[in-house]
Amino acid sequence: MNIWVRLITLLFVSLILFLATTTAFAYLTLFERRILARLQNRVGPNRAGPGGFFQPLADALKLFFKEEITPAQADKAVYTIAPALAMIPAIVLFAVIPFGAYLDLSFLLGEAARYVPIQLADVNVGVLFLLAVTSIGVYGVTLGGWSSNNKYSMLGGIRAAAQMVSYELALGLSILVAIMLTTTPTTQEAANASLCSLMFGQQPVAEISALSTCRIVESQGGWWNIFKPTGLLAFGIFWLASTAEVVRAPFDLVEAEQELVGGFNTEYSSMKFALFFMAEYIKLIAISAIGVVLFLGGWRGPGVDLLYSLGYPNVAGLVSLGYFLLKLIAFLFFSIWVRATLPRFKYNQLMDLGWKRLLPISLGLVAVTAVFAVVTQDMNPYIAGLFGGFRR
Amino acid sequence: MEIAFFIITALLTIGAAVAMVLSHNAVHSALWLVLNFFGVAVLYLLLNAPFLAMVQITVYAGAIMVLFLFVIMLLGSEQGQEEVNGLPWQTPVALVMGLLLVVMAGYALFFPGTPVPTTQTPNEIGAPDILARKLFSTYLLPFEITSVLLLVALIGAVVLTMKSREGDRV
Amino acid sequence: MLSNYAFIGIFAIAAITFPLLPLILSRFIRPRRPTPIKLSTYECGLEAMGDIWVQFKVQYYLYALAFVVFDIETIYLYPWAVAYGQLGLFALIEMAIFLLILVAGLVYAWRKGALEWI
Repeated sequence: MNIWVRLITLLFVSLILFLATTTAFAYLTLFERRILARLQNRVGPNRAGPGGFFQPLADALKLFFKEEITPAQADKAVYTIAPALAMIPAIVLFAVIPFGAYLDLSFLLGEAARYVPIQLADVNVGVLFLLAVTSIGVYGVTLGGWSSNNKYSMLGGIRAAAQMVSYELALGLSILVAIMLTTTPTTQEAANASLCSLMFGQQPVAEISALSTCRIVESQGGWWNIFKPTGLLAFGIFWLASTAEVVRAPFDLVEAEQELVGGFNTEYSSMKFALFFMAEYIKLIAISAIGVVLFLGGWRGPGVDLLYSLGYPNVAGLVSLGYFLLKLIAFLFFSIWVRATLPRFKYNQLMDLGWKRLLPISLGLVAVTAVFAVVTQDMNPYIAGLFGGFRR
Repeated sequence: MEIAFFIITALLTIGAAVAMVLSHNAVHSALWLVLNFFGVAVLYLLLNAPFLAMVQITVYAGAIMVLFLFVIMLLGSEQGQEEVNGLPWQTPVALVMGLLLVVMAGYALFFPGTPVPTTQTPNEIGAPDILARKLFSTYLLPFEITSVLLLVALIGAVVLTMKSREGDRV
Repeated sequence: MLSNYAFIGIFAIAAITFPLLPLILSRFIRPRRPTPIKLSTYECGLEAMGDIWVQFKVQYYLYALAFVVFDIETIYLYPWAVAYGQLGLFALIEMAIFLLILVAGLVYAWRKGALEWI
């Protein structure tokens, strides 16, 4: 594909992505507060604008005009960059997420824009990229806690780091199962004809890997990973581990207000606090989007392929984007629902769940997935597709 | 274009390394080291080894440095104390080793000897698929030995920490 | 392929500048009236006591160390998971041995009570 077309789309997509993430963040907070209120028989914020529509705006403005207090004892440099360090990885995660299939912009930008992916970039180590970026998300919280020079913050930061690190293992292993269920083309012809090659350019077949996020969605054309027996279990583990990774209820011990005040962000105020807050929600959106891509079939849904084959690529592209967003909202709603329902864990329960339950279970699941894939390898393709991405 | 990008990245990487050595605060040093890891990861990308680049970030920046930070922060040893040097023999040994390294690097630079066959296909280790095939054929034994090494590390950690289990705090 | 990384790089630079904007902007808007009491460490209204840099529970280190070990293991599983289809039964058995050795480590730590949070 033409590099200029890619650059122009890149600029547009980046701009849209930034606007979308900030808006999504703002309205996720409102969404959460309204839903929590409903679930607890309250009304929730409904005064600012119709149905509380301007509430996020009011919150943002308030935080902008608040005085910022930097504790005299704090390590100034680290204290300042910590919120940014929390924020940056959360945003960068969006770089390889496929939000939809493709659009046909050839009427605008010429023949080179026949397949414009609704995804910023696709690399053959995409999932590892996501893991790498997630793994450095620890720094913002830990350093924020350390640099404040406050006992509550310090303890909150250390707790957060130990928790994130413990659940990263189960997270990585559950993602691994999704990769094992992914099928990639074996022959060069099949590779060249595949959707991802149309969107991102052709590659030698040996360089195509199941780690590419585009390929993962593409291979879920039949069964979504969540409909496969091992995939469903892996999704459960992924959900638990990702909730712990973004330190949300019931895993939000980091900000256990009875014991640690606000946890790592006790000393933060004004815009720096807002950034931490924002990072938390953007990370939640990002990790939910990863879950949608890996297990819920990404942008796939009934009718998308049909619309493409009927020759309405733009309608199909928008519909695919719609499916993705719908799944994402469902995922987020579930997360909020759980927050309203479950009480907080104790720290020993948290560590037990991570190390003594999820880690062994997910290791076993990886082994079981491999065995299933080998056993069903030569069976009818329908069954083989259900148990492994083994057929190549 | 690629050369210019390489030079910028290399300079940043070296700069981060120097800043790490010169920082007085151990936490700042650790942060500079993380930046250095990122520079190295980008260099791997330029060498067409994306898998290695991602592993560099996940393992070094995401796991090992977190462990370092834990140790620094939890021991409260970040304020580089100007105490008496506990290891007096360390300085001369370090000097000799450093000098040796410079001499060797200079030797390698000016007397290239038999050039290492530069692989014309840098993709050989780049893509995960190809890497896996190498790992499970040519490099099978090192791969299995790695697991033993990791096991030893784990047992060592358990033994060391269980010993100091008495006198728990916070 | 490399151009995809270039896109990620550009996006990452944009992501780095993004949090800086509100930080700088708010600097011009927000009030600034610091007092010594305001800048003191918050300890629920009490006078701050002692240093925060106290020694912590040793358990934290153990978890971090065990994490490093299993993180490396997970990373090794990735190339295998990508290609286990073509590598066949041999690689499967190799991977099983690799996993069993590490599971032995986990069992050891468990039995020793190292995973216990007290």
